Amino acid sequence: MSNPDHVFDDRTPGVEEHEPTASYLSYTVGLGLAIVATIASFIVAQTNLLWPPGIPVGLIVLALAQIGVHLVFFLHLGSGSDSTNNILALAFGVLVVFLVIAGSVWIIANLNTNMMSMPAQ
Amino acid sequence: MTIATTLDRPLIGVPTELARGRGGGGPAPKRIVVAYGFWIFILSDVIMFSALFAAYAVLSSNTAGGPTGAELFNLRNVFIETICLLVSSYTCGIGVLSAERGQPTLFLVFAIFTFALGAAFLVIEGTEFARMVQMGAGPSRSAFLSAFFTLVGTHGVHVASGLVALVYLVAQVIVNGLRPTVLRRLLCWSLFWHALDIVWVGVFTLVYLMGGHL
Repeated sequence: MSNPDHVFDDRTPGVEEHEPTASYLSYTVGLGLAIVATIASFIVAQTNLLWPPGIPVGLIVLALAQIGVHLVFFLHLGSGSDSTNNILALAFGVLVVFLVIAGSVWIIANLNTNMMSMPAQ
Repeated sequence: MTIATTLDRPLIGVPTELARGRGGGGPAPKRIVVAYGFWIFILSDVIMFSALFAAYAVLSSNTAGGPTGAELFNLRNVFIETICLLVSSYTCGIGVLSAERGQPTLFLVFAIFTFALGAAFLVIEGTEFARMVQMGAGPSRSAFLSAFFTLVGTHGVHVASGLVALVYLVAQVIVNGLRPTVLRRLLCWSLFWHALDIVWVGVFTLVYLMGGHL
């Protein structure tokens, strides 16, 4: 983005408008990073490399990292001013996703805790 | 600086307020508008998936005395599925890039790879589903399995419809060539395909890998 001829313009997700030569490289780097994250999560899940109670947290961290890699290298969502609209829409989507998942898990866990025990299973 | 002066010469290094789509430089180009609308649709689709993820997270321990995930899932197959979908996302990106650069033959080659990898994913998933139903672990066995088949099945249906759309788009490229309309559809389709891969990251992490640890 140091190009002085750069025109500020909105950008679509999935396209690097102003740096066409970097794109093949970007996809390939993204593929490499995503494969590393995938292999790491399968290893973490099936071995005791991590402290066992910490495995779910490790898996979540690896999944978030991989989602980040997909967003940046495959969908080309950057921090530049030309993808502000896309990032804002994504941020709202992430907020709703967080509310739905965290809210459901929280409420149902609370109900389970306070439920009277069933007579016979 | 008025609008008239900005239109007289190319927009070089103008502040953001004068850029197109921000009020100063006129409306944004059509492909930006189209892809942004499709991006909103994809986010709404992700929100629908989030409801299914929440249902799975809530119900995953309710096996009603039936088989648990750790007993049912074959992680080797899940790994192969993951790699198939990941590489197909890569070939999809490279293929659409070739189309944008006006290389229809290269696009067709990558489209074939993408289709083959997506189809391989569906075949492995379908075989796993059939095996589970055959051993009495179908969607009606327990709340856990209902949630599992709904979540993973919905993702599978998305992949299948993505493959149908890919065939339709390849036909358009062959018949119409790489017209701007076709390129816009290709761009939207690639967003859809990348988004499916992102959803799959959530699926294999939450459903398959965390199944034995919760």
